[in-house]
Amino acid sequence: MAKILVVTSGKGGVGKTTTSAAIGTGLALRGHKTVIVDFDVGLRNLDLIMGCERRVVYDFVNVINNEATLTQALIKDKRLENLYVLAASQTRDKDALTKEGVGKVIDELSQNFEYVICDSPAGIETGAHLAMYFADEAIVVTNPEVSSVRDSDRMLGLLASKSRRAEQGLEPIKERLLLTRYNPERVTKGEMLGVEDVEEILAINLLGVIPESQAVLKASNQGVPVILDEQSDAGQAYGDAVDRLLGKDVPHRFLDVQKKGLMQRLFGAR
Amino acid sequence: MLATTILELSHNDLARLDRQLEEKVAQAPAFFENIPLIIAVDKLPEAEGQIDLAALMQLCGKHGLRTLALRAGREEDIAAASALELPVLPPSGAREKLIELVEARQAAAEAVAPAEPEKPKEPERKPSKVINHPVRGGQQIYAADGDLVVLGPVSAGAELLADGNIHIYGPMRGRALAGVKGDTGAQIFCQQMGAEMLSIAGIYKVAEDLRRDPQWGRSVHVSLSGDVLNITRL
Repeated sequence: MAKILVVTSGKGGVGKTTTSAAIGTGLALRGHKTVIVDFDVGLRNLDLIMGCERRVVYDFVNVINNEATLTQALIKDKRLENLYVLAASQTRDKDALTKEGVGKVIDELSQNFEYVICDSPAGIETGAHLAMYFADEAIVVTNPEVSSVRDSDRMLGLLASKSRRAEQGLEPIKERLLLTRYNPERVTKGEMLGVEDVEEILAINLLGVIPESQAVLKASNQGVPVILDEQSDAGQAYGDAVDRLLGKDVPHRFLDVQKKGLMQRLFGAR
Repeated sequence: MLATTILELSHNDLARLDRQLEEKVAQAPAFFENIPLIIAVDKLPEAEGQIDLAALMQLCGKHGLRTLALRAGREEDIAAASALELPVLPPSGAREKLIELVEARQAAAEAVAPAEPEKPKEPERKPSKVINHPVRGGQQIYAADGDLVVLGPVSAGAELLADGNIHIYGPMRGRALAGVKGDTGAQIFCQQMGAEMLSIAGIYKVAEDLRRDPQWGRSVHVSLSGDVLNITRL
């Protein structure tokens, strides 16, 4: 049986899809058979970030409506053997998702994969609810700013009360915090919430801190998950997060302001 | 036909009879006013001894009961009635047995009752609601008819309600409303007060006022005096 992971946040634009792509790719890189499912019906983006948008024929909604089989709809990643993507429909809306339909697809996927990553849409409505409903673990993506933290908090409340595990009285969903777009410089200036602040407010396990990075935007636009950019700090931070997800004890990096060395200052390199 | 009332004696304690009659008459004073009465002593247990008929009649008269006759079976009672020129009726048959039993039971109950002081009513108490997980924004927890105890943190946007007191042992950043049904004696206890709102019985303070309080962020005890919310250091 696969482990079902939901990447969620409540707030939009914090990096859920980037994270889904990076974590999914990272797991596949480490030899785990992984599928990433886009739950953002009507505003699909995952295929763009994964760079497979031109190969989408059938989507999640087609499978739910029995218009296509799962095998037909799964898109195999060109770079990695173990990685698949199930795209969302662009022409439908979130109401096309039903609990029974999603449950059926998730069940079928968990027979064949080790990890099922559910990329949740923003908000707390149908799409987001169904993305987290079947989850075993949740990665709550949060930016170090008050509104994002508050929305994540709301989402954590829903994870604890509105999921299948909560309804059946099973062990609760394992919640982990992923802090993205972190800028240590702005934290020291007091313009941004620090890791400790967010951890204290949300009171959950910290999976990782992804620094604000030019590499993320570049990777998104090129359709290459940022974790494959091993030179970038964001890519490395995602790599650490995946290792922690797999149970390794990796120290947190990129939390402090990097002092520019003499050479960096002379040549202005970033 | 004349409707008469029969006073059937099951004991020979005049003081007690006085009390009992007084109670009875108080229930319907108009009914008992100058009511014709037959005193029945035929079922009085032997152990109770000889009754003082004159005193008994006087007692009845005091409560407005007018004695017509005595119903008796024993020689002594009949003699006493004759002495007072009171007509004597023969002892009754089985028909009055029921009444006698009821009377006897009442008498027995009365004999027992004063020995035991009345127990004070146990106050009704609902168990406190204890929450041992974080309360997140958007969640609302209500402890009906009792206290609410939260062991985890309470996030901004969360709402705690209780008819009784509220205790929060984690950092408190949400809203707490104690005594929502109007109990002005309800109180709030916070380990770390950074609340959005605190309210007792509808008297509230919002974060804007709370932030200015020197106890902001500390362990506090919130109570109501009059219509002022008191926040003191715990």
